[in-house]
Amino acid sequence: MPAGARTQLLNNQDQTAMPKPATPKTPNTQSSAGEGVLADKTFKSLIYACAFALMAIVGLVLFELITASGLTLHKTGFKFLTRSIWDPVAEDFGALPFIYGTLVSSLVALFLAVPLSLGTALFITELCPRWLRAPLSTCVELLAAIPSVIYGLWGIFVLAPLMREYVEPVLAKYMGWTGLFGGHMYGYGMLTAGVILAIMTLPYIASVTREVIMAVPRPQREAALALGATRWETLRMAVLRNARVGIFGAIILGLGRAMGETMAVTMVIGNRPEIARSLFAPGYTLASSIANEFNEATSAVHTSALVEMALILFALTLIVNAIARLLVWSITRGMPARGIA
Amino acid sequence: MPKLISETLGFRRRAVNAIALTLIASAAIVVTTPLIAILGTIVYRGFSGLHWSFLTQIPAPPGEVGGGMANAIAGSGMILGLACLVGIPLGIGSGVYLAEYGRNRWGNIVRFTADVLNGVPSVVIGITVYALVVATQKHFSMLAGAIALGIIMIPTVCRTTEEVLLMVPQAIREAAFGLGIPQWRTTLSVVLPTASSGIVTSVMLAFARIAGETAPLLFTTLGNGFWNLKPNQPTAALPLQIYTYAISAYDDWHDQAWTGALVLIALIIAIVITVRFAANRGALKGAY
Amino acid sequence: MDIGIHVHDLNAWFGTTQALYNINLEIPSKHATAIIGPSGCGKSTFVRCLNRMHETIPQATVKGLVKVEDLEIYGKGVSPVSVRRRIGMVFQKPNPFPTMSIYDNVAAGLKLNGVRNRKQLDEVVEKSLRSSALWDEVKDILKKKSGASLSGGQQQRLCIARALAVEPDVLLMDEPASALDPISTAKIEDLIFELKDRYTVVIVTHNMQQAARVAEFTAFFLMGNLVEFDVTRTMFTKPTDKRTEDYITGRFG
Repeated sequence: MPAGARTQLLNNQDQTAMPKPATPKTPNTQSSAGEGVLADKTFKSLIYACAFALMAIVGLVLFELITASGLTLHKTGFKFLTRSIWDPVAEDFGALPFIYGTLVSSLVALFLAVPLSLGTALFITELCPRWLRAPLSTCVELLAAIPSVIYGLWGIFVLAPLMREYVEPVLAKYMGWTGLFGGHMYGYGMLTAGVILAIMTLPYIASVTREVIMAVPRPQREAALALGATRWETLRMAVLRNARVGIFGAIILGLGRAMGETMAVTMVIGNRPEIARSLFAPGYTLASSIANEFNEATSAVHTSALVEMALILFALTLIVNAIARLLVWSITRGMPARGIA
Repeated sequence: MPKLISETLGFRRRAVNAIALTLIASAAIVVTTPLIAILGTIVYRGFSGLHWSFLTQIPAPPGEVGGGMANAIAGSGMILGLACLVGIPLGIGSGVYLAEYGRNRWGNIVRFTADVLNGVPSVVIGITVYALVVATQKHFSMLAGAIALGIIMIPTVCRTTEEVLLMVPQAIREAAFGLGIPQWRTTLSVVLPTASSGIVTSVMLAFARIAGETAPLLFTTLGNGFWNLKPNQPTAALPLQIYTYAISAYDDWHDQAWTGALVLIALIIAIVITVRFAANRGALKGAY
Repeated sequence: MDIGIHVHDLNAWFGTTQALYNINLEIPSKHATAIIGPSGCGKSTFVRCLNRMHETIPQATVKGLVKVEDLEIYGKGVSPVSVRRRIGMVFQKPNPFPTMSIYDNVAAGLKLNGVRNRKQLDEVVEKSLRSSALWDEVKDILKKKSGASLSGGQQQRLCIARALAVEPDVLLMDEPASALDPISTAKIEDLIFELKDRYTVVIVTHNMQQAARVAEFTAFFLMGNLVEFDVTRTMFTKPTDKRTEDYITGRFG
């Protein structure tokens, strides 16, 4: 079997195994006696210090968030999570509308992004003609490279008016019965934020999905094909089915990304701390509220409340990303997800 | 013996196959549409404002037409440069740790932490650095912004460095040891140079990522309407400026926001395309 | 003796590299035929051309005529999917679907073809597992254990059962025992011995003794060419071509 096809098969197998260079035995440094050992130790310490710094930073994040939100953390305690008031003047705060906004906008984003990401990932890995593969994956990568603030800029001046003039009226007309598409159409609201978030999270979900799909060994596809499965049936039975844990992880990863997005969301969501049933209504997310209000915080309590929002966001994304990584790791065996990660 | 299933492929299966494959292909088309729309709009609305004055003047007072984003571009340049001083060494260092010393349980904890840090929203990092640096120093500064962006860089650089280092064959390390070269020298002079192109591309990707970050800068460098290149003062930055202008009430500032966006995205795309090019030449083996 | 597979002027390429040169062969029906030859001689490629699996590799091409029973598999308008349904394949490394139970693995091909009736599925699953000599070992864990939880030899017999469940005319086996231990190998060989009465079996093997044990006919391939095809016994005792003799006696390979 010529080199190309064979390496292709071998590569597919290698991808499932985590490379493990044998721990190199400490080389004989007796010729340069104490000198070599000292240099080795110093180098090792420096390297370990870097790794330690990494862990320290995460610890610092947690520490600073907790200390700086001390005022409201102790004052309102857990009720902070369930109250809907946001009154800087009366110094009365509750995070519920923001948690709601974060979750809803992210879920709308996933609803739109997941089928598109899966389709794109499947297309690029399985169906795409060779010459199209690189340009198409570059396109997806570029989508990930566009900064949040530019998405927001485009959102304000292009997407929001588009939603307001064309999309929302159509939705209200045909889908209004669901109760989700009613009320005044500003263009700036939960739905528009969801759409922008969908575009932004799409490349992340797609790239991780690509990884896990490629990790499905070729013999699995062949087994399905040999049974007389059509192209789609092979994808469904051998590829998607085998990769489903990883795909789920990719989706959760996308969720984590969506929840943390700040600039684009704050520029199109309307920044109103309310819980409304309609997706047309303006909303507020944890991230966007911090961006919007932090520098204008009127009091120490206000600042503390905003930092506590950051803490909640940190905790949420921490949990979500941990779950996602564990799921993805179980498929790719710990190899770092490349490109967009 | 009568067969349980027919010999030919039924209509239903063929139809399902055709529909599914069409949907999948159309997903790819739908995905490219917003990209073209966004990039197109940026060029369309930003290009006309790309005068020399845009790149050399500082903002005019609010309401007045004219001026530019020179201070923001320069400010971004400095902040990003300082951020690299923080992010690159720590990123490569922890990457080296993970690849050379971290193939064990402790390494897995560090690896996991790197992934966790990667997933922390940039706004949270901004708040942390605010509490850590700005609140302590009692003023906003370029340095604080650089620290925040540097922290954001670390996990990307770390994980990609780990990956490229793992691709360096163990045989090379062993050859060096066999020659009596100590561990630290091997890593520095043999392994890292072999993986250097991959590390460079990872740094570039991380750079492209932080070049567009706005949220952390909101609470650290704050922004500045005038020139400032002193590290301990608030500084203008390109993404910040775009944001401020975009949400302002002035049409001229809106137009300038588009031009600023054009400059920013041009830089980022240049980096991404260069990395792609390098990857195709084998720098990041098996990347795509 | 009926002809099971008729191959005429078959050529195959990987991109621009040619792998098979004008193969002409008539494989008898309801017998076992072994394909032997040194590494890289094209035996796997040949067999994969018989069920149109070769073309699933990017840039791989095939030219020529292959007729299985009465179907020209490369004929105009013939869908590869229906060809592969009629021709079963067992691969070198067992590849059961890990996310499916043993039962679902065997039933996979049937379910694809729309068989939903529980009773029918149960019957075919049992029949196939009996045919592959696996029934007794798994009948109590059919739905409880995944296909991948079995031992290597059992997995391979599961794959055989899976292939047999769709009632193919032909069973292709690409070095089915090379990844297995000697005891499992022996079991597989016994199986093939039984199966050959009901199916046309083509088995690729690099192990000449195995060919001698299980196959009535043998084809010797060398560098993409069919060198000799004969009754196994004759080929191993009185080969016609010198190259065959050299290979058989171990001069190369």
